[in-house]
Amino acid sequence: MSVYRENPHKIYVKVRADFTPDGRILPLMLRAEDGPVMRIDRITDVREAASLKAGGQGTRYTCRVGEATLLLFYDEPYWFIEAD
Amino acid sequence: MGRVILHCDANSYYASVECLYRPEIRDLPVAVAGSVEERHGIILTRNPLARKYGVKTGEAIWQAKQKCPQLVCVPPDYPLYVRFSAKMRAIYEQYSPRVESFGLDEAWIDLSAPGMTLERGARVADEIRLRIRSELGITVSVGVADNKIFAKLGSDLKKPDAVTLLRPQDYAARVFPLPVGALLYVGPSTQRRLAQIGVTTIGALAQCDPALLRLRFGKNGLTLSAFARGEDRSPVMPVDHRAAIKSVGNSTTPPHDLTCMDDARCILFLLAESVAARLREGGLRARCISISARSTELVTCSRQITLPRATCLAGEIGRTALELFDGRFASAFPLRSVGLNCSMLTPDDAPVQLDFTGDEEKRMQREQLERSIDDLRRRYGHQIVRRGVVLLDQGYSAINPVEDHTIHPVPFYAG
Repeated sequence: MSVYRENPHKIYVKVRADFTPDGRILPLMLRAEDGPVMRIDRITDVREAASLKAGGQGTRYTCRVGEATLLLFYDEPYWFIEAD
Repeated sequence: MGRVILHCDANSYYASVECLYRPEIRDLPVAVAGSVEERHGIILTRNPLARKYGVKTGEAIWQAKQKCPQLVCVPPDYPLYVRFSAKMRAIYEQYSPRVESFGLDEAWIDLSAPGMTLERGARVADEIRLRIRSELGITVSVGVADNKIFAKLGSDLKKPDAVTLLRPQDYAARVFPLPVGALLYVGPSTQRRLAQIGVTTIGALAQCDPALLRLRFGKNGLTLSAFARGEDRSPVMPVDHRAAIKSVGNSTTPPHDLTCMDDARCILFLLAESVAARLREGGLRARCISISARSTELVTCSRQITLPRATCLAGEIGRTALELFDGRFASAFPLRSVGLNCSMLTPDDAPVQLDFTGDEEKRMQREQLERSIDDLRRRYGHQIVRRGVVLLDQGYSAINPVEDHTIHPVPFYAG
């Protein structure tokens, strides 16, 4: 079962990730359609969370991308970020 | 050791999940409603904004729009609601293995443990409430009490996103003045009958002589009396919303009203096929067949019969349903919807009494045939084999009740 619901506040992204032997999924880089590839430098937090802004829910990765902090959501099987 | 039981109730569940996924409608009056085209156009649930306009669950969309013209109606997405329900349950199970789902949006959690008190239970309830809000983006109301009935009552007292603690010393001030209808399983009919003996509040029910209640309501009277006094001892059963199957049923609101016996025959056999297939799929047979019909004024009536032998045959179920229908509803046309339900279930590997007439052997052959049809339908789709009777009406024959599942709360006395 998947929930693909588009809205202007939600950007679905393509993600490259590591699937670790202990069952975790760690995103390494992401790319929005036609956007640049963003390499994730560090993941500072992982938790279940709702995104009221983008409209969705899933595992939320707080990622450092360069100087910026980005919230990346995994609402299985989709990945999305919140639009600015 | 006193019990500590939480009842968590997701507020305006379907509408809350829809509003989470559709930020653009979050601040508008929203209702989740069935399809008007398929005549399922009733309000399934609505958000608090829509409630303020007087929009009620169960009313037709056109009635709701008269009260609130700007009402946004969205179609239901059951798989999404099932998924969110599982996520809520996963959170509950981090606090206790004893979690009993009551439909998709409600659950009891038994926190009882040495050292656990109602006050501490209320703090856990608050933690659960906050977690569901931040992790799932929806809200729950939680009732905390030493029994399931008052825990449920508590979750209804303060909404949304709240915790209500009901300790025995709170009953007199907070529970007893409430109308008796606030109690689980006191529906409009019981409420009316209680009013006839002057019982209109939970307090009055609690004080009423149990012997009198037994006289008027049978053993249910004693249960109601215990409920009202907060003496419900029923355990929290560790079951999810797909709890042990007690019955298998299907109902449908066809594209046009049923106006004659031919219509009824067509629909009842469609439903019988669906129910029989699901019985076989679940490895079950049923002895009790019941049908219900809803008039165009939305008045529902039902009838049931117990068969001498358990069955999972569409033909037997359909014919029995038709006989029941003929005896009770034939003069009640037009009808808006019809339902068929099979209960008193037994496993299909239970011993069967054979007979000398060979009837039972024929039934076994018939079952083989129906299982072969199940197989064909699984491989090539439901419409690949159809009964002649369902082809009488093209509008009806397009209905596929097998895929038209309804999710009902499990009965309180499950187990």
